[in-house]
Amino acid sequence: MNVLQAVVLVLVALAGATVVLTRVPLRQAVVTGVFGLLLAILFFVFQAPDVALSEIIVGGFVLPAIVLLALAKLREQAQSGAADE
Amino acid sequence: MSFLAYAVAAWLFLIGLYGVVTSRHLVHMVLCLGVVQASTYVLLLSIGYRTGAKAPIFADIPTSSRVVDPVVQALTLTDVVVEATVTALLLALVLQAQKRFGTVDPDEIGSLKG
Amino acid sequence: MTRRRRTALFLVAAVALGLLLVVALAGLPGVGHYHGVYGLGIQRIAVAQRKATDIVNSVTFDYRGVDTMGEEFILFTAAIGLAILLRELRGESRNSDEEEGGEEKGGEEDDEGDGSEGSAEPERRHRATSATLRVAGQALVGPLVVLGVYVVTHGQLTPGGGFQGGCILAAALFVVYLAGRYVAVARVRPLPLIEVAEALGAGGYAAIGIGGLISGSDFLFNFVPLGTSGNLLSGGTIAALSTVVGLEVAGAFSLVLSEFIDQRLLRGGGT
Repeated sequence: MNVLQAVVLVLVALAGATVVLTRVPLRQAVVTGVFGLLLAILFFVFQAPDVALSEIIVGGFVLPAIVLLALAKLREQAQSGAADE
Repeated sequence: MSFLAYAVAAWLFLIGLYGVVTSRHLVHMVLCLGVVQASTYVLLLSIGYRTGAKAPIFADIPTSSRVVDPVVQALTLTDVVVEATVTALLLALVLQAQKRFGTVDPDEIGSLKG
Repeated sequence: MTRRRRTALFLVAAVALGLLLVVALAGLPGVGHYHGVYGLGIQRIAVAQRKATDIVNSVTFDYRGVDTMGEEFILFTAAIGLAILLRELRGESRNSDEEEGGEEKGGEEDDEGDGSEGSAEPERRHRATSATLRVAGQALVGPLVVLGVYVVTHGQLTPGGGFQGGCILAAALFVVYLAGRYVAVARVRPLPLIEVAEALGAGGYAAIGIGGLISGSDFLFNFVPLGTSGNLLSGGTIAALSTVVGLEVAGAFSLVLSEFIDQRLLRGGGT
């Protein structure tokens, strides 16, 4: 296990903690994207290019996009719910 | 030093669970669940790793060279894609929950009875 | 129970779980000393047996093909579940929305959408997408589709395969939406086409498996001639299964994304 792998592992641990400790969902979506990309780098350094490819697209793009769309809809629902009362 | 990978996997699992338990927003809870999922990927890949070995693609290296384990990589790669879709399904459930209960705070949803 | 009591109980349990995990993980062979018989055996014989140079895809689609079929069906079911949930949600809102005036005009839309807007007014406000985003998005769609098809078809040779390539193809669709062309998305993704792609993907996998049965052997047996390793047409059914899974994943993710996009634009482009 060389230095690069150790450094990326520590970064992933820190990023995971940051995802959990960010309470605002909008910011958390972006932090999740960064976490996904760091995970992809980790997979790459552990000699797993197939997995890294999947994780780049899914964790870096598709998942934050879905979360942002869901948050937008949530806010819309909340506003229309308040207007109905 | 070689225990670091397992330690990071355990750390991610525990901190993800902490996030789920102390969450105040359902979307935050779903994303913390994603951190727990990531811990399983790290664990799987570190089990299959061999020091000094290469990626298991024999397109340009001789067939007898030392490579990391391909079986755990196969498991992890299907897992990554499937869990993203399951997360999307969970988010759709969150949308439904807000429609039914009017709130996304898990504590308040539990106490709305009758 | 109150939050504080719950958090305290969790911390106690987490310490216990943490100790258990440390003890359990310490019993594993250290990182880097892999002794599994299955993996070592496969990497010795896989290239000679299946003629595909990407061992990970050989394992995914051939040696452990039934597992991948199960995962593919999880994907299928989750996408359908999501479509049912969100369409029901949309159906209710659309009923109460019909008096509020007409058709959705997609038009230009702010890209991430929910950062700085905040209007709950029923009339639609179209925000212009920045020119950079529009141009970049339109320029990227073509290369993304080509890259996606390349990754799907070369799964048996280089890192790639159905799962990765399918995601890239779905991302290409989403980039069209980001570039501000909701109308183009509505034309490009007729919903029946996505659903057909998904069904073909799921059913095709099982059909190829049954082809193995018909050829006189087991389910998902690799019955197509294997070719020589390094060529595009090597690996037998691995290439076919990879393509089919690529269709399925692209269809599932496109369905998921377009269901969420329809949610987003329900009131017509405003918020």
